[in-house]
Amino acid sequence: MANMQPTKTPIKEQDPKIRARNFEEVCCGYTPEEAVNEAKRCLNCKNKPCVSGCPVGVRIPEFISKVSEGDFEGAYRIITTTNGLPAVCGRVCPQESQCEGKCVRGIKGEPVGIGRLERFVADYMMNKTTAPEKIAPNGIKVAIIGSGPSGLTCASDLAKLGYSVTVFEAFHTAGGVLMYGIPEFRLPKATVMHEIDNLKALGVEIKTDMVIGKILSIDEIMDMGYKAVFVGTGAGLPNFMGIEGEGLVGVFSANEYLTRINLMKAYLDEYDTPVKRYRSVAVVGGGNVAMDAARCAMRLGADNVYVIYRRSEAEMPARREEIHHAKEEGIEFVYLTNPIEILGDDGGAVRAIRCQRMSLGEPGKDGRRSVSPIEASEYDIDIDCCIMAIGTSPNPLIRSTTSGLEVNKRGCLIVDEGMLTTKQGVYAGGDAVTGAATVILAMGAGKTAAKSIDEYLRGEGK
Amino acid sequence: MFKILKKRELNEQVTLMELDAPLIAKKALAGQFIIFRTDELGERIPLTIADYDREKGSITIIFQKVGKSTIQLGSMKEGDSILDVVGPLGVPTHFGTDIKRAAVVGGGVGCAIAYPSAKALNNMGVKVDIIAGFRSKDIVILEDEMRAVSKNLYITTDDGSYGTKGFVTNKLSELIDSGADYDLVVAIGPVPMMKFVCEVTKPHDIKTIVSLNPIMIDGTGMCGGCRVKVDGKTKYACVDGPDFDGFKVDFDELMRRNSAYKNQENESKTHICRLTGGVRHG
Repeated sequence: MANMQPTKTPIKEQDPKIRARNFEEVCCGYTPEEAVNEAKRCLNCKNKPCVSGCPVGVRIPEFISKVSEGDFEGAYRIITTTNGLPAVCGRVCPQESQCEGKCVRGIKGEPVGIGRLERFVADYMMNKTTAPEKIAPNGIKVAIIGSGPSGLTCASDLAKLGYSVTVFEAFHTAGGVLMYGIPEFRLPKATVMHEIDNLKALGVEIKTDMVIGKILSIDEIMDMGYKAVFVGTGAGLPNFMGIEGEGLVGVFSANEYLTRINLMKAYLDEYDTPVKRYRSVAVVGGGNVAMDAARCAMRLGADNVYVIYRRSEAEMPARREEIHHAKEEGIEFVYLTNPIEILGDDGGAVRAIRCQRMSLGEPGKDGRRSVSPIEASEYDIDIDCCIMAIGTSPNPLIRSTTSGLEVNKRGCLIVDEGMLTTKQGVYAGGDAVTGAATVILAMGAGKTAAKSIDEYLRGEGK
Repeated sequence: MFKILKKRELNEQVTLMELDAPLIAKKALAGQFIIFRTDELGERIPLTIADYDREKGSITIIFQKVGKSTIQLGSMKEGDSILDVVGPLGVPTHFGTDIKRAAVVGGGVGCAIAYPSAKALNNMGVKVDIIAGFRSKDIVILEDEMRAVSKNLYITTDDGSYGTKGFVTNKLSELIDSGADYDLVVAIGPVPMMKFVCEVTKPHDIKTIVSLNPIMIDGTGMCGGCRVKVDGKTKYACVDGPDFDGFKVDFDELMRRNSAYKNQENESKTHICRLTGGVRHG
């Protein structure tokens, strides 16, 4: 008999007042008892709508039924047949618009906490050693450019099929946005490193400090005997607004701010990279990156942190949970407001941001409501730091150094439904193809590409 | 890990190191740079590739010990290894064709970056004058190397203890006034020096390339920490540069941005001196 409680089994979180000043994880995760209780809420539907909502097709009711039996290792085995990064996905996926959004229990009450359960299983198994599966190598080399979510997923799937996989990463640490972008308090770095270690145990080789396009070109990689290449280089080039004052001291792209904090650990004394503790911080933008930057600024000891967004809360692209957490931590949301200039002091440091109020119009062709400035509504907010979190674009390095790779107007690589680019043997996926999107969509693309690469390479062998 | 093959102290503050980095050596060109990180706790710091040996698979870096990370790098010995070296980064210097006569102006440790440019120009058959400026005689570096790749080498010292007394800009003015018909000036050194060189060359309309040195983190174009204003537009020095047309650079903004972390740099320098004497433990 299923557990018919209408709401999710509560999960322990750090107190907002305390957590707003530390980098420890906000959500503490389920205990085994809580996980079993929550798992029993699953009705084990025949048509499994939840699975159709998961971009990597996790066999959700099957793993949940193992959890309800207390067989956490069995649950882990089921999850990892299709998902190489469950501890990551359970934490950062926008489940409300994916698996949980389709859950039948969500019609009357709250959906099953699928993300929480996936996370519980992955965390539970993190402390257990599992013997890596024995895979017969097929001797075929595949190169992956970029070790973010799409590259790691593609590498994991190909390694499980017996390919000899090498991942080339530009930074000194693998993980992409999981390491430099998403903060410790949402996604502990030890968790990411553990999932990457699992990949290495599968035989995946990771070469860091390798900026492809500079140290090696894709053509040279193919000359080295790699039979196929997957480009998962993301969309890491930050956009600025192009307004006056963006060159002032104290103005950052969210990428710079978050990289200093997350990758370089600037908030810890023993690390050399500096980051300043600003008093009053404006974060411009309304996505998850804006939430992350704002919550980091608060944790570094700011008195006031403002999120400035030109539309209203309903249009915000950030996850509801992140907006909720940010509010609990004391971050102020300034809606329907757009910066028009950043003002500096005599020394060239930020002193204020000049904003204009906006009004919302009707939804446009893309379904988003248009905004227009309200005349004579300018006002200044005193700040000493401004973080731009208004999106990113793909880095041109790969396309500018590889012949035959075509891109669209926004600089995104053009691929077919099997993630094949316009160049033979070269596949791509994730933000490099879509522009800035989500971790799980990038993973889905990496999975599709791995399937196509396998079909391509098996076809060639015949 | 990148092994230190050779280490030579050029003066009390400036050190030359040859690093084992075959893939970088294979691709490096004049004007490009690397980013290094000494160990797990280290920061990422950019340094120009001063020379490379494709056959030996090595690159040469020359750095001034100005802060915690460069002091720490300077304390490493031949045979030690640096944790991370990324490169070659940035766009190689593009001098343009039909240059007959060029002046390469280096200031202090900037001479180490000016040297490969002079060498590249010299190899192109350009008649190169090098003007190298130092505070005083005891910090002069690379004299023989610079002499070997130039027609004329002019050394200036601020205090007159060696070569001509005065700044590089005095010497450059003097040479231009006395009829040196330069098609190109390359200026590399402290930001104020590059700014003043441009003020000398602009009235004569001599094309002037500068190599900018803003604060960098990743060095691959993903953070914009190194952004500079060139011709009114925002450019990322790590991917669009580090070389730019000197007449179009907003030097004042660059100077302000470069001093953003001055207090913290000083703190971390005194910090390490007091506690560990420049050596990191655990």
